[in-house]
Amino acid sequence: MTDLSADLGAGSQPREAGFGDYVLLLKPRVMSLVVFTAFVGLAVAPAGVHPVIGFAAILFIALGAGASGALNMWWDADIDAVMRRTRGRPVPAGRIEPGSALALGVGLSGLSVVMLGLTTNPVAAGLLAFTIFFYAVIYTMWLKRATPQNIVIGGAAGAFPPMIGWAAATGSVGLEAVLMFALIFFWTPPHFWALALFMKDDYSRAGVPMLTVTHGRRATRAQVLAYTVALAAVAAGAAALGLGGPVFLAAAVVLNALFLRGAWTIWRRDEAAAEADGYAAEKRFFRFSLLYLFLLFGALLADRALAALGGF
Amino acid sequence: MAFRPEHELHRRRLGRNLGVSLALAGFAALVFAITVVKISGGGLVEGYDHQPRASILPQAEVRP
Repeated sequence: MTDLSADLGAGSQPREAGFGDYVLLLKPRVMSLVVFTAFVGLAVAPAGVHPVIGFAAILFIALGAGASGALNMWWDADIDAVMRRTRGRPVPAGRIEPGSALALGVGLSGLSVVMLGLTTNPVAAGLLAFTIFFYAVIYTMWLKRATPQNIVIGGAAGAFPPMIGWAAATGSVGLEAVLMFALIFFWTPPHFWALALFMKDDYSRAGVPMLTVTHGRRATRAQVLAYTVALAAVAAGAAALGLGGPVFLAAAVVLNALFLRGAWTIWRRDEAAAEADGYAAEKRFFRFSLLYLFLLFGALLADRALAALGGF
Repeated sequence: MAFRPEHELHRRRLGRNLGVSLALAGFAALVFAITVVKISGGGLVEGYDHQPRASILPQAEVRP
């Protein structure tokens, strides 16, 4: 998930960091999505966990995600300073030293992995460690500046939390966990490329090889549609393979129909039309993508609650 | 003697220190809670007090 919350304090004089600056370093908006999807993964798993263990597991998964966010901000401070969306972040704004961001990221990474391992099991801890490594090293340090497919491959990092939640409860990775991973994996490209379409100057100014910069906006619109079609197919397949129940099936049908319609609209438009209405369709699609994921995973929770009540 | 007004910097530091304190206290409480759950397995924990009691005696066989 993208973080749009970091414009706070942009343009102001550097000042000594407050507690809130360190919280911002952990990308709290991204963490909120991680908390939610990890909770769904844990809640729908067939093995129940004690509420305290479940709470701690979600907390440590979120902490691990926050740690990778801090490492991302440490490494990307140079390009964050150039982009309008990110220049107010604590490191490029000068409120937190890069070394402090690195120390916080490394420290919280170790703490979250060890504590998750001690609280739940080694499989969940291993997955969390791999996720942090994947986001901080594979995505941030390597792919982001190397290939326009950065979002596609890097999106895997955001797809792991429900799988880790599942593993925390069961000690293994089941088919349902893989299906939840696939849902977020295919959701990420259209979500992020819609943002890239209306944040168009930021990435080119920073020299990040975003698809909009390397292949043009027409190709990006086509890719948004292609991945949205793939996402709909994955959601349909997930329902067919037994992920969730009737609520998930109904939600998948409605949400994917709306998401496809939005992607179709984006694909049909040219730049002149988008410029004319201030990228209204792209912004609407981006906002809906957030709602899509919350509602789709919320449907999984609803099915689980119905099953627990003996309804289905 | 007139008190000097508190500088904004001090308020910021106080906020930071309070935030770190609360986070550490919360972490300690969480570790304690996890420990209790892990040890007790969700049930009540009974300390051994060197006195025989019903709950630690072998289960008597129940004949139908």
